[in-house]
Amino acid sequence: MALDSRVPKGPIKDKWTDYKNKINLVNPANKRHIDVIVVGTGLAGGSAAATLAELGYNVKAFAYQDSPRRAHSIAAQGGINAAKNYQGDGDSTYRLFYDTVKGGDYRSREANVYRLAEVSANIIDQCVAQGVPFARDYGGLLDNRSFGGVLVSRTFYAKGQTGQQLLLGAYSAMNRQIARGKIEMFNRHEMLDVVKVDGKARGIIARNLITGEIERHSAHAVVVATGGYGNVYFLSTNAMGSNVTAAWKIHKKGAYFANPCYTQIHPTCIPRSGDYQSKLTLMSESLRNDGRIWVPKNLEDVKAIREGSKKPTDLSEDERDYYLERRYPAFGNLVPRDVASRAAKERCDAGYGVNATGEAVYLDFAAAIERYGKEQAKIHNISNASDAKIYELGQAIVEAKYGNLFQMYEKIVDQDPYKTPMMIYPAVHYTMGGVWVDYNLMTTVPGLYCIGEANFSDHGANRLGASALMQGLADGYFVLPYTIGDYLADDIRTGKIPTDSKEFDEVEKEVKDRIDFFVNNKGKKSVDYFHKKLGKVMWDKCGMSRNEKGLKEAMVEIKAIREEFWKDVSVPGGANEMNPELEKAGRVADFLELGELFAKDALTREESCGGHFREESAEEDGPQKGEAKRNDKDFAFVSAWEYKGEPADAVLHKEELEFKDIELKQRSYK
Amino acid sequence: MNLTLKIWRQKDASAKGQMVDYKVNDISEHMSFLEMMDVLNEQLVNAGEEPVAFDHDCREGICGMCSLYINGEAHGPDRGITTCQLHMRMFKDGDTITIEPWRAAAFPVIKDLVVDRMAFERIQQAGGYISVNTSGNTQDANSLPISKHAADEAMDAATCIGCGACVATCKNSSAMLFVGAKVSQYALLPQGQVEAADRVKNMVAQMDLEGFGNCTNTGACEVECPKGISLDNIARMNRELMKAAIK
Ligand SMILES: Cc1cc2nc3c(=O)[nH]c(=O)nc-3n(C[C@H](O)[C@H](O)[C@H](O)COP(=O)(O)OP(=O)(O)OC[C@H]3O[C@@H](n4cnc5c(N)ncnc54)[C@H](O)[C@@H]3O)c2cc1C
Ligand code: SF4
Ligand code: FES
Repeated sequence: MALDSRVPKGPIKDKWTDYKNKINLVNPANKRHIDVIVVGTGLAGGSAAATLAELGYNVKAFAYQDSPRRAHSIAAQGGINAAKNYQGDGDSTYRLFYDTVKGGDYRSREANVYRLAEVSANIIDQCVAQGVPFARDYGGLLDNRSFGGVLVSRTFYAKGQTGQQLLLGAYSAMNRQIARGKIEMFNRHEMLDVVKVDGKARGIIARNLITGEIERHSAHAVVVATGGYGNVYFLSTNAMGSNVTAAWKIHKKGAYFANPCYTQIHPTCIPRSGDYQSKLTLMSESLRNDGRIWVPKNLEDVKAIREGSKKPTDLSEDERDYYLERRYPAFGNLVPRDVASRAAKERCDAGYGVNATGEAVYLDFAAAIERYGKEQAKIHNISNASDAKIYELGQAIVEAKYGNLFQMYEKIVDQDPYKTPMMIYPAVHYTMGGVWVDYNLMTTVPGLYCIGEANFSDHGANRLGASALMQGLADGYFVLPYTIGDYLADDIRTGKIPTDSKEFDEVEKEVKDRIDFFVNNKGKKSVDYFHKKLGKVMWDKCGMSRNEKGLKEAMVEIKAIREEFWKDVSVPGGANEMNPELEKAGRVADFLELGELFAKDALTREESCGGHFREESAEEDGPQKGEAKRNDKDFAFVSAWEYKGEPADAVLHKEELEFKDIELKQRSYK
Repeated sequence: MNLTLKIWRQKDASAKGQMVDYKVNDISEHMSFLEMMDVLNEQLVNAGEEPVAFDHDCREGICGMCSLYINGEAHGPDRGITTCQLHMRMFKDGDTITIEPWRAAAFPVIKDLVVDRMAFERIQQAGGYISVNTSGNTQDANSLPISKHAADEAMDAATCIGCGACVATCKNSSAMLFVGAKVSQYALLPQGQVEAADRVKNMVAQMDLEGFGNCTNTGACEVECPKGISLDNIARMNRELMKAAIK
């Protein structure tokens, strides 16, 4: 099947508006006869479910947690971008579009990104109307901060809990529709497969996680909004339950999976402390507004710090290497994430890591505290303020901005980041890859849509900070509700989709067989044993830098782990009850397939771009020496994989990327 | 460190539960409490036994999923944190730790340490929203200046994670702190004024219907709340309720 991105014709500025004007609509009376399933209630699914219900469709929404409010979007800390230009610093739709395409290392679809930038401003208006308490200045207007990879201040935030507040906004909109009976909410339900009838997505098979019952649900269209697959690495900043199952299952039923190897390794996370570690915690990128990143200049100091005979605060300015400021003077500590992560790895690989594991660098707020302190002393007319007073005044400002993050850090590490620099290290955070979708956000299966982090659409090979929340809400509030109407307009006379068909019988049997296998297998090793083993291969060979040899080994090793899993996994408990081990087993089984496709995708892409760094493809000399080297001639395409049984046999389809409105350039942050 | 755990085990909602003793060894003080529970569960799985079911997801104190009653305290002995943020450095070698689910009539046990918090959902559905359409045809965000103080105070109330520790802690199983926080967030913002009276009446009515107890101003909820939601929110809710009654 040829890939058709369905990007409308015309100048980029007018595409979306013209398209909306021509699209098929469903009249309100007919919407009442149309059912839509939305799987996932994070920012993407939650906003979509609320909006579709409000338009008049009958929505069934699903989440594996006990409330829509607990989707992992809740954990987003730093902020959400929007081209409002409230700061008057030269921002515009075009600039947000440009920054996002450049930040994504020229591997995203221009038309989608432009639309995203275009609707971004509306998101803020919508959220304020819903009562989202964004940060404000003393004049009562909305405040902004800066994120990495850009030169303007366009990030809106609610302390360090922006995702929480935005999700609670979408959740409240959902609650209004649940109360009206327009959304039927299925909490503690997991989608285990999609059902196709005559080639169209017409329903899902879900497991009630309380009773274990396998349920059939039908609809005229199915929307998958199940988040990212970072947990393929076992350790990531994702929630424990974050998974690829829904996305992988629809891949196996015909939806192409795009760019699986594009993963974001976030530079500022709390380093791991031991083998028992179950997840990693992010320290928001917003901290790089005020924190300076460094390691000691001299190896003797590194040694002394690791042994505990010196403290980081003992080192003078001269003895510190602010390596981002040194290497990237224009962007300094605010370079994009992929660049910052690789730079940290480079220093730690060279032996400069500052903790026992050798995998940590400092993020230091002393300079910011002093700067704010002096500013406050001026504002409050305190002359000759003592150093202690200045520190106190400065600390109050830093606390107001990042208090909850500092508290989180202190609770985990047991050190006070107001007094000693934080220790940070990169960790898996976000997956740019995902289910391939066209301009309508429809997958290669008719009637099957994919939105939010689960799709591949807008971030190319690297996502800029504060852009995922923007994309999730753009997809759910403002894009999908229009584009889905175009498809559903043909379904006004279809009537209810029956669930007693052979199509439902077949898929339900597949699902049940697999569950029966797990509970009856009586192997010897726990699900976590396999998950950790997979995670190690992924991190060592498909992590921050990749090479041909390692990727080939990864494919072989992952396959071997998968075979061992199916022989020897142990899942205690039964099928017809709440059984968290059984849930995990299903998810890890899917990660074990995705992992291999991931390595294959990384192997095929013989260039470095964004988060995907191939050691064979780096600049060899000149000012950019060592930086990632893209190959636009051969690789300016989206890799969309078609399932063919074994992950290694997947077939590659290329969506060539055309850049008409932005010139392809080397990405420089120097 | 080596520990003895006394854990509530209950097969399902209708079964009778009981406390069961377990031992875990070589626990590092750097582990989180839930990582210690992972160690126990891995041990159980390897022995072919059923692991202990408990709710958790984000493991960073924000989703509100985790809910353990540890040594008689909701979210355990530390302050200002959730169960998933509790670290083993709060305990010492040889300790016995008692682990129970939230106990409240409105939160029935589903299995082991997992409880059903649907009552909270229904309260939110009764009025925890501003009736604005999601069409995007709203006014420009900055056309409605809101004082920084009001915005900050609304934000403080809005940080409630819906965990239910307040209910579990309260001797009357009252949900006033949870409901007060939501009512306050909207009461403090101009956008919330239009529906203020109906909102508070409907949410409180639903709360009563769910079988949560009354508030007798003991203040235990504020102490155990991981997000520091203040009792002022309960007072504000009561004022809102009075205002609504006069209207
Ligand atoms: C710690 C952290 C901080 C972040 N900070 C920022 C930030 O500051 N700014 C920014 O822009 N982005 C940030 N991000 C990224 C951003 O939060 C996510 O990309 C985004 O929220 C994803 O939203 P979503 O709706 O696609 O998925 P999610 O919010 O992950 O929701 C997934 C939903 O799918 C459901 N689900 C999953 N699988 C199934 C299944 N099989 N069956 C049924 N339901 C299922 C879940 O229950 C859930 O409801 C951050 C991410 C993390 C992890
Ligand atoms: S008020 Fe506090 S304790 Fe109660 S649900 Fe909210 S966060 Fe939890
Ligand atoms: S697991 Fe999310 S708050 Fe504890």
